[in-house]
Amino acid sequence: MTLEVRGGAWRVDGTVVLDDVDLTVPVGTVTGLLGPNGSGKSTLLRLVAGVGGSLPGRASGAGTVRWRGVDLLALRPRDRARRVALVEQDARTEVDLSVRDAVALGRTPHRSRWAVDSAADVAAVDAALAAVELTALADRRFGTLSGGERQRVHLARALAQEADLLLLDEPTNHLDIQAQLTALRLVQGSAGAGSTAVVALHDLNLAAAHCDHVVLLSRGRVVAAGPVADVLVPEVIDPVYGVTTTVLRHPVTDRPVLAFAATSPSALPSVPA
Amino acid sequence: MTQTTEPRRGGTRPGPAPARAPAADRAADRTETRDVAHPAGGQPDAPVAGAPGRPDGRRRPVSAPALLVGAALLLVASVVLAITVGPAQISAVEVWRSVASHAGLGTTPLTELRDAIVFDMRLPRVLTAGAVGAGLALAGAVMQSLTRNPLADPYLLGLSSGASLGAVGVLVLGVGVALPAAAFLGATGALVATLTLAGSLGALTPTRTVLAGLAVAQLCAAATSFVIFWSSTGDSYREILSWLMGSLGGATWTSVLIAGAALLVVGTMLASAGGTLDAFAFGDTSAAALGVDVRRTRWVMLTGVALLTGGMVAVSGSIGFIGLVLPHATRLLVGARHRLLLPLSALAGATFLIWADTLARSVFAPRELPVGVLTAFIGAPVFAWILRRRRAAS
Repeated sequence: MTLEVRGGAWRVDGTVVLDDVDLTVPVGTVTGLLGPNGSGKSTLLRLVAGVGGSLPGRASGAGTVRWRGVDLLALRPRDRARRVALVEQDARTEVDLSVRDAVALGRTPHRSRWAVDSAADVAAVDAALAAVELTALADRRFGTLSGGERQRVHLARALAQEADLLLLDEPTNHLDIQAQLTALRLVQGSAGAGSTAVVALHDLNLAAAHCDHVVLLSRGRVVAAGPVADVLVPEVIDPVYGVTTTVLRHPVTDRPVLAFAATSPSALPSVPA
Repeated sequence: MTQTTEPRRGGTRPGPAPARAPAADRAADRTETRDVAHPAGGQPDAPVAGAPGRPDGRRRPVSAPALLVGAALLLVASVVLAITVGPAQISAVEVWRSVASHAGLGTTPLTELRDAIVFDMRLPRVLTAGAVGAGLALAGAVMQSLTRNPLADPYLLGLSSGASLGAVGVLVLGVGVALPAAAFLGATGALVATLTLAGSLGALTPTRTVLAGLAVAQLCAAATSFVIFWSSTGDSYREILSWLMGSLGGATWTSVLIAGAALLVVGTMLASAGGTLDAFAFGDTSAAALGVDVRRTRWVMLTGVALLTGGMVAVSGSIGFIGLVLPHATRLLVGARHRLLLPLSALAGATFLIWADTLARSVFAPRELPVGVLTAFIGAPVFAWILRRRRAAS
C-alpha cells in the first residue's frame, strides 16, 4: 500500500535526466523531494503523473510506477487522472477564468463529453475551495489573485480532482513566507485527510518543518531517502549541495532547522554518483 | 461560380426592400446584444465585458441554457427575416408558406415564381451563410484554444486560402476528386505548411504563426488566381475575387448539403470537446495531468478544423475574419469556458454571416459586394484591437 517507483529513467534528446530511480512513499504521508537544480525532481513527478509525453524534446522514459498496487502508467490517461493529481510549478494562463472555473477544471476526468456539472462536481469544487480557504474569493478572476492565492487555486484544482495521490512541484516558489507556510500547511492537511503528497521543494528548512519523509536526488539518482531526521544531516547534505551544514532545533516547533555555510571549492568532497 | 440573379421589381430602381436591410441589420444587432448580455431583461448596466477593467474583477454569472436558447431563437428569426430582404417583396408569412408546402404540411402554395425566389434562391443562400458562419466561427474558437494564440483564425493562418486552392483546382482543372475533399486537402496542406514554417522560425509564438500563415495564404491565393486566370474563359476576375474574398452568391441546395453536413458531423464533434479544451487553460502538462491525451487531442481537433474549413470554403470561397471576430466577441460576453463558448460562437457566427451576406447583396443592389469585403471591414479593426490588447498585456 505504497507508491513504488522502480527503475524510473528519463532521457531528453540523449541527455539522462533520471537514471534508474527507485522510490517508496508510504501512504498518508507528506514526502519531500529534494535536490539541487537539475537533479530531476520535476521530471520524477511528471514520470509518476504519466505526463512526460507532453514535454518538449525527444523524450523517452522507462520504469514502473505502482500506486496502491495499481500500475499507473498502464492506465488510460483519464483513469490515471482520477488517481493522481499534479500541481505544476508556476502554472500560468492567458485565459480569463474565475477562481471557481479554474478549480472546476479538476473535474475534467470525472465528466463525460456532453455532461453539465453534476451535484458531485459542485460539491467537490465547494469542498476544495473550502479546504484551501478560498470560498470567499470563488467569483474573483484568477488573474487578479496574488501569487499565494493562485497557488492555493492550483492546490484546490488538484483536490477537486479527488485523486488520492497529490504531486506538487515547488508549490512555494516565488511566494512570501506566510504564503509558503500556508501552502505547505494545506498540503499537510490534505495528507491528514487521507491522501498522500509528494512535494518537490528547494528550501530544505521548509522540508524539515513540513515533511514526514524526504528523498534527496542528485544528478538524476536517489542519494538518500527516509525520515527527516535521518536524511537532513550534514553527512548527506554537504556532499550533494557543496555546503557546510549545521543542524539546530527550532525553539518553538522543535523541528530541525538547518544553517548553511559556504564550503571552499578546494574542500569540496566528491559527489557520490 | 455563377452569380445568382433574381427577378427584380421595377428594373434598377432600388425598391424599398434593399433600404430596409441595414435597418433590419442594426435592429438584429441590438437584439443580439440585449439578449446575450441580459437574458433576464433588466440591469442595463450589469457588467458585459467583464474582468480585465473592473477593479473587483467580478463577473455576474449568466445562465448557460438561457443564452443558448436565446441565441438559437435569434438565429431562426434571422433566417426568416433575411429571406424577406431583397428586390422582390416577400413577407415572413410567405417564407413560412413556401417552406411548409415543400415540407408537405399542406398550406396554400405560393406562385411558382415567388416560391422559386424563396425556396431555390434565398433559402439555400441564407442557410449556406448560416452554416459557413457557424463553421468558421467554431474553427476559429477551437484554433485559438489549441494553439493558445488569440490571433488564430482559418483565414489568417492560410487554411481558407489552401482550401480555396484545392476547390478551384478541382473545379477548373477537373481533377477527379470531390470538391469538399479537395478543399479539405488544401486546408490540411496549408495548415501543415504554416505550422512547419512557423516552427522552423523558432518557438510557435502567435506572431510567428500569423506571419507564416500570411506567407502561405499569399502563395495559395496567387496559385488560385493563376489557375483561374489560366483556364477561365470569360469572367475570370469576378470568379477570382469570389474565391479570394469569399461570396455566397453561388449558393444552391448542394452548398447547403456540403456545408451543413460538415457542420453537423465535424462541427458537433468539435463543439462537444469544450471540456477538453478547457483543460488546456494552464498549458499542455496541466491538461495531461487532468487526463487529456494531449497529442491525440491536438491531432484530432486540428484535423477537424481543417475538415470543417474545407467544407465551408468549398461552398463560399475564403471569407475572412469570422473565425477571429466572433469567438472574441462571444468571449467578451460569456467568458472563456469552452463548453459554453463553442456552441455560442457557432450560433453567433451563423447569425453574423447571415446578416453580413444580406447586407452585402442588398446595400449596393443590384450590384453585389463580395461578403468577404464586408467581413474584412469589420475584422481588420478587431485584429488591430487584439494586437493592441496583447501589447498592453505583455
